[in-house]
Amino acid sequence: MRASGHRVIGSSGEVRARRLFGCLLMLALVLALTSCSRKPESGGELRVTIKTDPKTLNPLMAEEDASDRIRYLTGGVLIRVNRKEQENQGELAESWKVDEGGRRITFDLRPGVKFSDGSDFSAGDVVATIKAALDPSLHSPKGDPLRAGGKADVRALSGNEVVIEFEHPIAGLERLFDEIAISPERVAGKADSSVVLGPFSVAEQRAGEYVLLKRNPYYWKKDSAGHQLPYLNAIRMYVLSNRDTELIRFRQGDIHLIDGLPPDLYEQLHSEDSGAARDLGPSIESEQLWFNQVAKAPIPVYKKTWFRSRNFRRAISLAINRSDLARVAFRGHATPSVGLLSPANKFWFDQNLKPIPYDTNAALDLLKQDGFTRTEGTLKDRNGNPVNFSLITNAGNKPRERMGSLIQQDLQQIGINVNFVPLDFASIAERIMKTYDYDACMLGLTNVDLDPNGQVNVWMSSADLHQWNPAQKSPATEWEAQIDKYLRAQASTLDRAERKADFDKVQEIAADEDPMLYLVDKNALVAVSPKVKNADPVVLTPQTYWNAEYLSLEK
Amino acid sequence: MRILSAIGRHLLIILITALVGGLLGATLVRLAPGFGIQESDLNAQLSAETRKALHKEDAGERNVLSYYGHYLGSLIHGDLGYSRSMDRPVSELFRDRLPDTVESVVIGVAGGWLLGLALAIPASWKRAPFYSASATLISGIFLCIPSAVLALIFLVIGSPGKLAIALVVFPKVFRFSRNLLVKTYTMPHVLTARARGLSSARIFGWHILPNIAAPMLALAGVTVSIAFAAAIPVEVVCDSPGLGQLAWKAALSRDVPLLVNLTLVIAIVTVAANSFSELLSPAATRDVL
Amino acid sequence: MSRARWIATGVLIAVFVLALFASAFAPAPYAKQFRNDTDHPPSTQFPLGTDELGRDRLSRLLYGMRISLLLAPAAALISTALAAIIGGAGAYLGGTWDRATNMFIDLFLSLPWLFLLLTLRALLPLDIPPFTSVVVTFALLGILGWAASARIVAASVRSIRSSEFLLQARAAGCKPSRLLFRHVLPNVKPILLAQFWISVPLFILTEANLGMLGLGVTEPLPSWGNLLRELENYTALRHSPWLWVPLLSLVLVVSLFQFALGTEEPA
Repeated sequence: MRASGHRVIGSSGEVRARRLFGCLLMLALVLALTSCSRKPESGGELRVTIKTDPKTLNPLMAEEDASDRIRYLTGGVLIRVNRKEQENQGELAESWKVDEGGRRITFDLRPGVKFSDGSDFSAGDVVATIKAALDPSLHSPKGDPLRAGGKADVRALSGNEVVIEFEHPIAGLERLFDEIAISPERVAGKADSSVVLGPFSVAEQRAGEYVLLKRNPYYWKKDSAGHQLPYLNAIRMYVLSNRDTELIRFRQGDIHLIDGLPPDLYEQLHSEDSGAARDLGPSIESEQLWFNQVAKAPIPVYKKTWFRSRNFRRAISLAINRSDLARVAFRGHATPSVGLLSPANKFWFDQNLKPIPYDTNAALDLLKQDGFTRTEGTLKDRNGNPVNFSLITNAGNKPRERMGSLIQQDLQQIGINVNFVPLDFASIAERIMKTYDYDACMLGLTNVDLDPNGQVNVWMSSADLHQWNPAQKSPATEWEAQIDKYLRAQASTLDRAERKADFDKVQEIAADEDPMLYLVDKNALVAVSPKVKNADPVVLTPQTYWNAEYLSLEK
Repeated sequence: MRILSAIGRHLLIILITALVGGLLGATLVRLAPGFGIQESDLNAQLSAETRKALHKEDAGERNVLSYYGHYLGSLIHGDLGYSRSMDRPVSELFRDRLPDTVESVVIGVAGGWLLGLALAIPASWKRAPFYSASATLISGIFLCIPSAVLALIFLVIGSPGKLAIALVVFPKVFRFSRNLLVKTYTMPHVLTARARGLSSARIFGWHILPNIAAPMLALAGVTVSIAFAAAIPVEVVCDSPGLGQLAWKAALSRDVPLLVNLTLVIAIVTVAANSFSELLSPAATRDVL
Repeated sequence: MSRARWIATGVLIAVFVLALFASAFAPAPYAKQFRNDTDHPPSTQFPLGTDELGRDRLSRLLYGMRISLLLAPAAALISTALAAIIGGAGAYLGGTWDRATNMFIDLFLSLPWLFLLLTLRALLPLDIPPFTSVVVTFALLGILGWAASARIVAASVRSIRSSEFLLQARAAGCKPSRLLFRHVLPNVKPILLAQFWISVPLFILTEANLGMLGLGVTEPLPSWGNLLRELENYTALRHSPWLWVPLLSLVLVVSLFQFALGTEEPA
């Protein structure tokens, strides 16, 4: 029988890991001796976690978090969005040029780059990979935004020059190449991350246990002293979905880095030690609440009338004590939201937006305008219906469940009775996407793209993830038509300042109409073992190992 | 011969129970909300078209009866089907994960019985109220702690979390067997035997054992299902890659092929464990012979 | 009754009074959030500290006990009765009946009931009153929780049915009803009692876990089970021993009950 409990400390899996670790150390030692130059820091196996098994190792097909993290660590890309500066920087492309009004991009490839198997990297690989990403029959999630540019022509101009011409312009085109890992021509579209251009390649995968990445000995990057990167010999990504267990193993030294630590666990770690827990300030992830405005929803008509009223939504927004949400539900590790973008999105955040006050009197005034009255502590609409609604959210997310209880109590203050119902995720999804049988829903729709184009699938009235009233044939309201207009405008120009002005408009209309009540921007919380050198965690994913090639372990 | 026919009858019962269980299981999953929804359906980074393309085909599972017919058809050829949520053949998942869970269940059942009997037998022998009360208290404590908490405590002190299963099984073994023993020791014929001055060992062997054997064996069969059920939260907390964790993931993603096979496995294990204990029990033997 | 049993009964009555008149004894309303005093250690104002939302834990325990003490034994009674009826009847009738009952029990033990609960939640309206939701949940637990012990009851009845003393009783011309009530039932009573006492804390815990499915007690109503789930915060356990109080009180109440009702001592 296979030894079980690989994730349990002291089991045989652990012994095996240590043995492997030992072998790798020996290997590193031999390498160091033969090369006769002492590297400043090298060797070691960094251990991190992924929440699930990766669904795919094909970098073009990565869609969920685990696959995407592996893609990030293994894939060599033409342009990287620097996770710290939030600016594009050349990687496999030494330089690039966008012209023809955003319809054409030309890359100058870095010479002398090799794949992890030692074979040469050439323009052919880039052409083949991008063609695969654009191939409509492959349905690559990574190529998805590129396919928005219509028909495309990809060709190599020379051995180190590649040009792509699109039918339509794509705003913010360069950043999209951060997601596209270049694979060898012969496997383009069906690559498995074993032959790569990134700092690590996939060496072994054990379902339910771990994915082992080993160092790419031919990686093109060198450090400032001219030493070959990456320093680490390997990265072991344990499949670990339980956050408590993850923290226990971090404490026991078995895991070196934790991304996206829940606030409660952050507090635990913080209370006991050592600077391992770090709060990096607001991330670009937020929590939001929306009311069901779907015309065919099976809820009473009078409720639909409330939810469609801007005054009602605004009043609810004003009656929620956001700073308490941040302070109590997130233990102080969140910031009250101002609007649909977080201030962590340095360039696109609209500086003109004002903080949303907590003001029950203003809320009651707005409600009065709509004919609501408060008698004996209960709010009633103009037809005498007492105001109550159910609020659903996914169970198991502690801060979110706490927010529900806080909101329930806040709204009680203005006479609204909230029935707070946590459900399992699939049941939530069924209600918000299929049956529309709910009043209000609170979720954190993750946002990983800094560019406003990443918001189109939510904010366009025709989008099917336009949660409060999805897939409208034509905009249901005037303000949704306005948002559509500005979203299209920002996508049709290359001028960053012009795009920003357009998207600021979107942010202002959204803040004024409140179809989505943005509650808090979550802080990025991470844990970094003191053993890890050169760690420089940032708010964008992968927070702690975005600079994996520079990380090393203290011996 | 009669024993053989009894075994044959039990095998038939296993088969029928498993088949009916599988169908009912598939129906329950199919009817539950959230069937046919996967997480990428809500990924706002993707265009509607790509989301649709990524959505795994579930049309074959919509009609439960035709799905189950197909499933049984390929089951005969040894094909357990394909898990949508894990994107792997079910047989592969089972092969990888079964050993882990079997080990947990064996440890859990064995440990639970050892602990339970170790406390129950002395508690029933003599009238020692203090001992009896404290044994009840200990078993009561473990009955009241959530199994996930037990597993976490084991992890924190650096031992395998699956030991928690033994602590989940233990109070049940203790309570049932203690009550049974106490009752049997006070039955008229045992009291008579005692009065006649028979030795404790003889009383136990002649008068107690035959009376408690059948229910105790039934309890043994039932503890297997209890251990299986406890393996789910424990494996989820410890992230140990066994069937319990698989069952939880399958439940969250309404993975019909995976859940049907799991129901089948659980049904087979349950019926087999119970049939086995029945075949061993003296009452059944008397019935047969 | 012995003096110890009187004391146990006295303590239990006191607990019941405390729980029933929670509003009189609780230091604060159970839902009131003292948002500036979250996770407060015990003090004169908050004898058991406050929870993560700043709600007084003692008040929540008292109110939580009320619901759980009322409903969990009721559900345990349902499941024990079902175990006795289904397991006992099948085995007592014997033959095909016995086999069919066993098959039914095994089938029942192996079905994924989670999905039935999910479906039920989908069928119930979202704005169902909290109390109805708890009652429904406990009723379900009672209906679904009988199978394991029915198995043991059946085995026990089967062995009694074929035991010598019953054969003698039958030979002596004892009526079937008298056989059932005088000889069979008294002998499965200890198993049913074990089932009952195991079910009470088990159902209290399960009710809290069903909160994940949107069943059971809904916010801001407290339940004993939800207070027990606070134990999942394992580091807090080391620093805040008062989190064990709900657990200890549950163990105590269940043990006292058994003691007071005299199920502990040989009859």
